[in-house]
Amino acid sequence: MSKKVVVGYGSCGIAAGAKEIHDILDDELKKLNNGFKLDITSCMGMCYREPMVEIIDDDKSYVYGDVNKRVVKQLIDKHIKGGEIFKDKLVISSDVKTDDETFLSQQTRLVLKNCGKINPERIGDYLAQGGYESTKRVLTSMKPEEIRELVLKSNLRGRGGAGFPTGMKWNFAAANEAEPKYFICNADEGDPGAFMDRSVLEGDPHAVLEGMIIGSFAIGAAHGYIYCRAEYPLAIKRLNIAIEQAKEKGFLGKNILGSGHDFDITIKEGAGAFVCGEETALIASIEGYRGMPKMRPPFPANSGLWEAPTIINNVETLASVSKVIQMGPEEYAKMGHERSGGTKVFAVTGKVKRSGLVEVPMGITLKKLIFDIAGGILDDKEFKAVQLGGPTGGCLPYDLLDTPVDYESLMQTGAVVGSGGLVVADHSTCMVDMARFFLGFAQNESCGKCTPCRIGTKRMLEILNAISEGRGVEEHLDELKDIGAKVKQASLCALGGTAPNPVLTTIRYFEDEYIAHIKDKKCPAGVCRELITIMIDDSCTGCEICKKECPQDAISGERKKLHKIDEEKCIQCKICLGSCPFDSIYAE
Amino acid sequence: MTTKVIDNKQTKKILEKFEGKKGSLIPILQAVQEKYGYLPEDILRQVSTKTGIPTSQIFGVTTFYAQFRLQPRGKHTVRVCHGTACHVSGAEQLSEAIEFELGIKDKETTEDRLFTLESVACLGCCSLAPVMVVGEHTYGRCSPDKAAKILRKVRKEEGKE
Repeated sequence: MSKKVVVGYGSCGIAAGAKEIHDILDDELKKLNNGFKLDITSCMGMCYREPMVEIIDDDKSYVYGDVNKRVVKQLIDKHIKGGEIFKDKLVISSDVKTDDETFLSQQTRLVLKNCGKINPERIGDYLAQGGYESTKRVLTSMKPEEIRELVLKSNLRGRGGAGFPTGMKWNFAAANEAEPKYFICNADEGDPGAFMDRSVLEGDPHAVLEGMIIGSFAIGAAHGYIYCRAEYPLAIKRLNIAIEQAKEKGFLGKNILGSGHDFDITIKEGAGAFVCGEETALIASIEGYRGMPKMRPPFPANSGLWEAPTIINNVETLASVSKVIQMGPEEYAKMGHERSGGTKVFAVTGKVKRSGLVEVPMGITLKKLIFDIAGGILDDKEFKAVQLGGPTGGCLPYDLLDTPVDYESLMQTGAVVGSGGLVVADHSTCMVDMARFFLGFAQNESCGKCTPCRIGTKRMLEILNAISEGRGVEEHLDELKDIGAKVKQASLCALGGTAPNPVLTTIRYFEDEYIAHIKDKKCPAGVCRELITIMIDDSCTGCEICKKECPQDAISGERKKLHKIDEEKCIQCKICLGSCPFDSIYAE
Repeated sequence: MTTKVIDNKQTKKILEKFEGKKGSLIPILQAVQEKYGYLPEDILRQVSTKTGIPTSQIFGVTTFYAQFRLQPRGKHTVRVCHGTACHVSGAEQLSEAIEFELGIKDKETTEDRLFTLESVACLGCCSLAPVMVVGEHTYGRCSPDKAAKILRKVRKEEGKE
């Protein structure tokens, strides 16, 4: 074995300061010259401890978290020079027990297996983990119909949100005899709060390519596209590197591994439109048009890109394909729950102690996911709601946390698995505001082609605005339910078809909060501006900080004396709340 | 506003690269924007003439996608993430503080062309919420007062205080 220092170099790590840490280590290790080599890996999914550095000392591994400039110096002095474990910042180790290890030990990592373990810019690392073995097996010893049957049997379903059986989709395209056919990877991960696809693309790009190569063989496509959001420059860079390396090794190109199958991949950068995650809109965008969905049928499997049979699979689905082949379809299906096979990656964020990526077998309960794996609510506050499935998913209360996470069970609650975004809210989150936020997003991203989505979401948003501004009337709730049901039913694509979900589920499970806004003109969570007053309590020391920060000059009071807020002048911007060192300011 | 002399050779090069390729309007526009920082109208007309794509369609595409800009922007782009996690952690207050500090609204540019403000849907660093990005620098767990301080510092460094 070897001695290595590995920096977590995914977008999230870099955002948290990993580049600086990498540069310091680069300098210092060169100076030290004691056998430790510097390397990078991608995101491990433990976002709450970024930036992270792993020290590998022969067969032992030590992963450190929250590594800032000061900590990295201590790491160098204590661990790299002194050989002493720096326990304060140790997150996970093969050698020492830590509190955080339960975050990973309770997960089942298939898709994320290599993320944070290998250097994603080196194909050798991927090959050493058994990479491209599935491709070799499929292309040299299986027939396309056998591989389609295998995937069908595994109960692998589309991880982008709809949950359509992948094997069945492939069968549709294969049955169509038209030439050419196209195979597209949907990497237009636009859901705010979801970043699992980004993490897979950055951390294990070859796994996605492998899924595409196998899929293209299964349906007989010679050309492929990866449609990736432009907001993910690092993912695009690493995909480009991976494609070049795969070409060199003969996994892409003409007559792959002597099978007679040709396949090449082009990357298309998205240009910033959420609706392009929808299949037909994505196709329009690749063709160079406005990304607007089309009526279906015909489905893309029959008439897609340039009217040719086209398969579009999501990143996580494709990264799962090689695992299905490695494990065998029975084993993979067994790992899941009822009709949902395998694992699903969730991006857990919001008010939880451990935010990050969590991969679990389908069918695990939400409670286990939020309280056991993600460590429960931040500052041990009370759980209020979990928002599942991205901006067009639903909000569920505590009573429903025993719901197993699979496509059918969640559908019954009004929420969806969606792409796997999971945002946890505590009592400082207002459910009316949350619904308004998501609907605002969907309204803004509505392409405007069909009337129910364009106008329906707009009207719903107006009503929500009225409620949160204290202009709500009781009839509003029925109106929201009525318009919501119609928008869901009559919209052209899934964006409109699911956009009312956050509103409908919050009304269903948190009606009291709506009533408080409408009848009592109060926002119990202290969020909706028009319904709250900002006040200063007796613990104020008169430090004058809030007074200086207030953009409205609404705060008065002499030094070392209790300050006061002028209600007339205050615009409820809450800047003072954040600036107060003594937590003396509150919203009511 | 200073008018830059637009170098048509650059556009020609871009157009040559994509010649004969199907569905290349969006990559062409991305390449033009990469070059000029925005999409100048006369360049778009040139793209139309060379590719045969009607200007109406080109304008349709540029206004549909959030990435494309028809106006030049400030030296520093200040992006405020409005993803779910950031929203829950106070992105709205953050945006407001920045708007107040810079004296501009979302999508606007300051008069001195130093800052352009942009709300974005999600930057994918949800665990650092709320997030502000100035140019290439990402500032996580960014409170309204922290944001104001950072922007004042940038302005000072540019000698425009």
